[in-house]
Amino acid sequence: MSEQLTIAMPKGRIFDEAAELLRQAGYRLPDAFDDSRKLIVEAPEANMKFFLAKPTDVPTYVEHGVADIGVAGKDVMLEDERDVYEVLDLNISACYLAVASLPGQTPSTIAPKVASKYPKTAAKYFKEQGEQVEVIKLNGSIELAPLVGLADRIVDIVSTGGTLRENGLVETEEVVHITSRLIVNPVSYRVKDEAIEEMVERLASVVEGDAE
Amino acid sequence: MTEPFMFEKPLGMRDTLPVLYETKREATNSMQQMMERWGYYPIETPALEYYDTVGDSSAILDQQLFKLLDQQGHTLVLRPDMTAPIARVASSSLKDQPLPLRLSYCANLFRAQQHEGGRPAEFEQLGVELVGDPTASADAEVIALMAESLKAAGLTDFKLAIGHIGYVNALLADIVGKEERAAQLRRYLYEKNFVGFKQHVKTLPVSSVDRDRLLRLLKLRGGIETLDEARTIVNNGRAAEALDNLQALYDALEAYDLTDYITFDLNLVMHMDYYTGVVFEGYGSTLGFPLSSGGRYDELLEKFDRPAQATGFGIRVDRLVEALGATKAKPEETLILFSSERRKEALTEAAKLRGRGEVVVLQDVAGAADLDGLTAAYQHVLSYIGQTQGEGARDE
Repeated sequence: MSEQLTIAMPKGRIFDEAAELLRQAGYRLPDAFDDSRKLIVEAPEANMKFFLAKPTDVPTYVEHGVADIGVAGKDVMLEDERDVYEVLDLNISACYLAVASLPGQTPSTIAPKVASKYPKTAAKYFKEQGEQVEVIKLNGSIELAPLVGLADRIVDIVSTGGTLRENGLVETEEVVHITSRLIVNPVSYRVKDEAIEEMVERLASVVEGDAE
Repeated sequence: MTEPFMFEKPLGMRDTLPVLYETKREATNSMQQMMERWGYYPIETPALEYYDTVGDSSAILDQQLFKLLDQQGHTLVLRPDMTAPIARVASSSLKDQPLPLRLSYCANLFRAQQHEGGRPAEFEQLGVELVGDPTASADAEVIALMAESLKAAGLTDFKLAIGHIGYVNALLADIVGKEERAAQLRRYLYEKNFVGFKQHVKTLPVSSVDRDRLLRLLKLRGGIETLDEARTIVNNGRAAEALDNLQALYDALEAYDLTDYITFDLNLVMHMDYYTGVVFEGYGSTLGFPLSSGGRYDELLEKFDRPAQATGFGIRVDRLVEALGATKAKPEETLILFSSERRKEALTEAAKLRGRGEVVVLQDVAGAADLDGLTAAYQHVLSYIGQTQGEGARDE
């Protein structure tokens, strides 16, 4: 019997897709698993323990080693730069980061401002474009910023574009494509190598079978 | 700016209180003793060094350095590691000493503050450097000493991962040729971003066979069979040299009886360009961060004008103590309370017990305000108070 793996799962929309992947990979997960009010769920048959965390916190739990493995969006990985192994693209929760603004809006010539939930990623993107902007960090409802004049552009997650349209915003540039990733703590990656390798292989065959 | 509260310390700094201090001291003492028995004598170097010499040649990223200016306007750094200072000493004060040189250290190192717990800005590190021996025997010796030191500190459940940057470089050079392209792939490995590595490999203008060879690098880990597997991917000049080197290292570690602790991990890239050969990291099963790391750095001493191949390791004492778990139990202590007229008797008794190696605290009753609180903290209390002659009863 290999060692027990602790897995940090994101609460919310990514959770169901990730759980489905694990089931397809042949892991028997308990029924209590889908009751999202429980924070910690044991899965003795799969020799795993799951806990549910806010998606942006998953890499933190994994980096500090309280979870061996986690499922995290690439958006969070880019913004946080945690020291973890990013071993597999799970190809779920696909979306992308994009720049958006009101139609016809040109950036302010005095101080072009960009609002985002991902200030580091946004700043890095504009730096790479050779453009000087001031980035303002917001925690949610980013679309509001150009409507009320806090910023002339935003950098935000787009999955269908519906939210942008509803608020009369148009997407101007795609920044980066985002999917969820399987991440592994560097120590667990070595100390529990067999169990982790097996999980990665099983998930890879599900994911890559789907993709190609 | 708001004034700090009186209990505040600069970000990332820690206090070490007596119980933890004892635990740390016991661990470092047993490890240092081990290092000395292997002929690695400790040296001390200053906490401050010039940025242009030590700061610049250190393996630590520039943004992680604490920098300050001296009165002449030179940029100084608080030493971020001990390898560069030891290279400086080995090339100057010890330049007439014959190689190989075996040196050890136990020092506080400084890495710039991070806004999160679990990452101290100052921590103690213990390690050795073996300067002037290019052989696999030297690498085996430092790896074995690292393992023996961890064991001496009381850690039994640990693992060592061993890689070789020469193999990674040879494989990348063989397939993608240009150094810039290799550097890009190496960066993905350094960032532990296998997804990025795979995606990048797909965009390279190389044959599907070569693409597969690159992807197989990600799976090159495990026991000694990993080396045979690695040979099937690339086995020319420098790659073969690196693999022969690892085979020799394995044979030597077998002689040290350490093969149970090690796994090969040929995609281990711990730094972009500092290490030149074997690299390794040590992990405890109870802590999410590596406990120790090291490797061969054959180009560093050249920067100090004494070209010499060298290898070494460092153990993070803060992390080791966390991995060991329990802090050391306080030893039994005896409190002797005395009044000044019976001081002599009390001192004699204290000297007798201390002579047996016991811990004895002497306290003049006139100096202790809360006697009940004080005596409650000790396992044994003896009293030499008042005019009555005779031995104080040891209250067991």
